[in-house]
Amino acid sequence: MKPHSGDRPGPVASGVERVVAWAQQYSLFVYPFVTACCGMEYMSTASGHYDMDRFGAGLPRFSPRQADVLLVVGTISHKIAPVLRRVYDQMCEPKWVVAFGVCTCTGGFYDNYATVQGIDTIVPVDVYIPGCPPRPEAVLEGIMKLQTKIGRQRPVLLR
Amino acid sequence: MASSPGGTETRSMRLNIGPSHPAMHGVIRLVTELEGEKVLRVEAEIGYLHRAFEKKCEDSTWSQAIPYTDRLNYVSPLINNFGYCAAVEKLMGIEVPERAGYIRVLMSEISRITDHLTCIGATAMELGAMTAFLYLMKAREYLYDIVERVTGARLTVSYGRIGGVKADLPEGLAEDLPGTLDAVAREIGEVDRLLTRNRIFVDRMRDVGALSRQDALGYSITGPVGRASGIDYDVRRDFPYFVYDRVDFEVPLGERGDTYDRYLVRMEEMRQSMRIIRQCLDRLPGGPVRAGEKEKVVESFELVDRAKRGRTAGLVGIECTLPPTLGGAERAVYDRVMAREKRTALPVKADTYANIEGLMNHFMLVMDGHGVRPPAGDAYFAVEGANGELGFFVVSDGTDRPCRVRVRPPCFFAMAGLHKMLEGGLVADIVATFGSINMIAGELDR
Repeated sequence: MKPHSGDRPGPVASGVERVVAWAQQYSLFVYPFVTACCGMEYMSTASGHYDMDRFGAGLPRFSPRQADVLLVVGTISHKIAPVLRRVYDQMCEPKWVVAFGVCTCTGGFYDNYATVQGIDTIVPVDVYIPGCPPRPEAVLEGIMKLQTKIGRQRPVLLR
Repeated sequence: MASSPGGTETRSMRLNIGPSHPAMHGVIRLVTELEGEKVLRVEAEIGYLHRAFEKKCEDSTWSQAIPYTDRLNYVSPLINNFGYCAAVEKLMGIEVPERAGYIRVLMSEISRITDHLTCIGATAMELGAMTAFLYLMKAREYLYDIVERVTGARLTVSYGRIGGVKADLPEGLAEDLPGTLDAVAREIGEVDRLLTRNRIFVDRMRDVGALSRQDALGYSITGPVGRASGIDYDVRRDFPYFVYDRVDFEVPLGERGDTYDRYLVRMEEMRQSMRIIRQCLDRLPGGPVRAGEKEKVVESFELVDRAKRGRTAGLVGIECTLPPTLGGAERAVYDRVMAREKRTALPVKADTYANIEGLMNHFMLVMDGHGVRPPAGDAYFAVEGANGELGFFVVSDGTDRPCRVRVRPPCFFAMAGLHKMLEGGLVADIVATFGSINMIAGELDR
């Protein structure tokens, strides 16, 4: 699978690139692709108690064109898989994908004819958050890992 | 295609809503036919979250099917757990201990509140009232803390066991729960003040998505949606199970069957659920959990060591230390929450470690090809899920794996009657109506 441009390796980032990466890191606009049980934990994480907003990822965008992180929350069946791919394709670069919950990581205990065995067979994934469902603390750690990753990447700049 | 008097041609438009849409909680696709803002026809396409529940149950043993039931209606997993376990118990003719019955009722009602909180919160959010959503999520978090203390997990709990529940209530829960309920009631009261007489909210909900009593009956819609349409049916009251016949509660009914009535019914049901929980706490047989007598407790590895060397004298009836995940399954309390049935109940851990009968019993229940083996036959057991009658039809052929586990998911029937509620309305009202039905894809598609 072709890695998306956010992953491209390169020489040490310039000052401008570092500033852009830093800005991207802390203003994540998340598209929650919620299908199943993990959505309950996503709601908990996004609400006041765990408050994902503290990490700059508080505002969900329900339009793929306005989002830069695709949060795939819940089991992806073969029927919904093309929809997921289409949403991913509609997102603008730079974009990142987080697999939320074990069903999206590997298919989890739904090892059967109906379930996609890991969404990385459909879209490239940056961060995997296992758990059935993951606790909100685990989700927050996943978000922080993604931020670290974004901070280390060389951003795509218009030249 | 029709022509207006002016000679302009008008055509209806087909609009696809979902399966990934911000106002569709859960994955479902609505194919609508619109004339301007008016909805002419709606067709719901389901199956986007089909996870082969039945097939997986046939693949696994009777006990292994319990975690799959968690994920049917993941907003109120405990009710699903208990529903499945009760169906298997009916098939095997097992009576659960009274205390386990009370715990089941108590936990079911907590689950019902979390379900209704989520439904009302999500509906309000979709109508633009984000504040109400955040308040209700706060209340749900209080309840998740309780669920976590009791079961060890926040959401996918697998707390039910065939013959009882996994463990007794933790120490101190009976003291803390009333305070939590007060906090939840405070949040609900706040949302009540924000929404119930809010002009904008009422305008969006009143007389929207109405379902007549006749239609609700015709589509066999139960639960809050059915009750809002005036169907006076609640499994808890009409076919009491567990200990529902020993607690007092009222079944709220709506008059118009519209979205606003569904909201009111859910609000009242939460208050009634809290009433039930308080009664359960007062009447819990065996009283609050006592700490075991500490001097008799032996480290579990020491117990295994002694038993292996044959030094079993004095090991009968002994208590051993347990890892935190087994808390609440100590000898002192285990019998109160599990039926004394060697066919289904794992023995107390100290017995498994220290004597051969316990060890054999344990292995007979967990070994492949042995395990829980209900007699050949079938049973149907219905509980009142948060969305209506949640039934489990289990068929056994006498082996250790179910021959069939069929679920009667309450939202499936509401989805069948969805077009009756939406057709003739406005396209913007789809959001309000659909939210008020509380479609849960997990139990809809299974």
